[in-house]
Amino acid sequence: MSELTEGLGLTRDAMAQRVAVDIRDGAYVNLGIGIPELVAKYVPEGREVIYHTENGLLGMGPSPEEGQGDPELINAGKRQVTANLGAAFFHHADSFAMIRGGHLDLCVLGALQVAANGDLANWSTGAPDAIPAVGGAMDLVAGVKTIYVITQHCTKNGDPKLVETCSYPLTGLAVVDRVFTDLAVIDITDSGFQLVELSPGVSFDYVQERTGAPLIPIGETPSSGGTER
Amino acid sequence: MIDKRIASVDEAVANVFDGATVMVGGFGEAGSPIELLHALIDQGATGLTVVNNNTGSGEVGLAALIKAGRVAKMICSYPRTTNSTVFPELYRSGRVELELVPQGTLAERIRAGGAGIPAFYTQTAVGTPLEEGQERRSFNGRDYLLATGLTADFALIKGRAADPHGNLVYNKTARNFAPLMAMAARTTVVQVAEIVALGELDAEVVVTPGIFVERVVAVANPQHESVLVASGVSYP
Repeated sequence: MSELTEGLGLTRDAMAQRVAVDIRDGAYVNLGIGIPELVAKYVPEGREVIYHTENGLLGMGPSPEEGQGDPELINAGKRQVTANLGAAFFHHADSFAMIRGGHLDLCVLGALQVAANGDLANWSTGAPDAIPAVGGAMDLVAGVKTIYVITQHCTKNGDPKLVETCSYPLTGLAVVDRVFTDLAVIDITDSGFQLVELSPGVSFDYVQERTGAPLIPIGETPSSGGTER
Repeated sequence: MIDKRIASVDEAVANVFDGATVMVGGFGEAGSPIELLHALIDQGATGLTVVNNNTGSGEVGLAALIKAGRVAKMICSYPRTTNSTVFPELYRSGRVELELVPQGTLAERIRAGGAGIPAFYTQTAVGTPLEEGQERRSFNGRDYLLATGLTADFALIKGRAADPHGNLVYNKTARNFAPLMAMAARTTVVQVAEIVALGELDAEVVVTPGIFVERVVAVANPQHESVLVASGVSYP
């Protein structure tokens, strides 16, 4: 990206902190691998959030102290974690019953692309030599009530990740509710991308230039009369 | 008298036959029955269809079985993980087949198979490339895909403790697919760190009832995949 972008937009940690603001007290939450994992660090004081990891634990805690871990107590990213007081272990069918059955309140995931209608692509670039691997991503987006995406606004090459239509293979159809990027917070509505918030120092035009579909400005509702989902 | 204890891992896997479908417990290294897998490599059965969430790492356990050329087909949700090189290489050269299944659908297919349910509908993967070849049907205005139950000839799983009836408890997130696979396989072989006397497992906390288990073998200090991989071990 050009020099203009330097210093503009939120850091990964600040993005995670912004997501955490929108997680309500008492929520059961699944965090995807990567940037989403950072969100757990920033849950505001006074809120209790219970983290689910699809390999069989509710009440997941932070990484263990050096040398205190158990190779059989891991998260979905296969990293060692801890179990908080009040945690529960269960098998995979129960774990995905929690997901598919709509018992989890929120899932925060990364993305390769998000389309204006909420389609998500986050499991494959479709490259012919890639080994296809999906894990639990399709189950999570199909089953969890609310899906947040946390991602850089653009790829490393500067291409928009928020697009009119995903070009990568889909993870789910019309599943994303809200996108948190380094530049903005954007809701998916029946009318498309609705800007909710701009990061400090970032203008509407700046975000629009880096978005592959029209953005509806903050506070405006489109004349088509679309309503939020 | 019911006594499912078997003296050795070799004896426990002795009758796995060529072309068998084998479910292998574990999510990453948690719950991976390394010693049973190594015994299966020694035993020599080949042309296997293996069901596991992943494809192992390094060159031990499941990855070693694949490297030895014993696996014709993998059914899994995530065939590439950190230190997973064996499967990708064989897959790219067309020497192993892959059936990719979303993780929750894989779990439920195994559960259904074990519960005598031939198929079920799930909303997972609707509209994605993994929908291909599956029947779509609408219920209450929402679309679902038909997924079929999975059964197996054998399950190789790992528990923390068992009693002679085959009642099982597990260790933390090492439980994952094991209770489902125990239900879905005709012959379920379990390695446990400890075999205890009848009555020592509280009936209220038994996770897998012994009816789903055929053989129990004690492996007192099971090896951990990550430790073996980090120290460069390659089996055999």
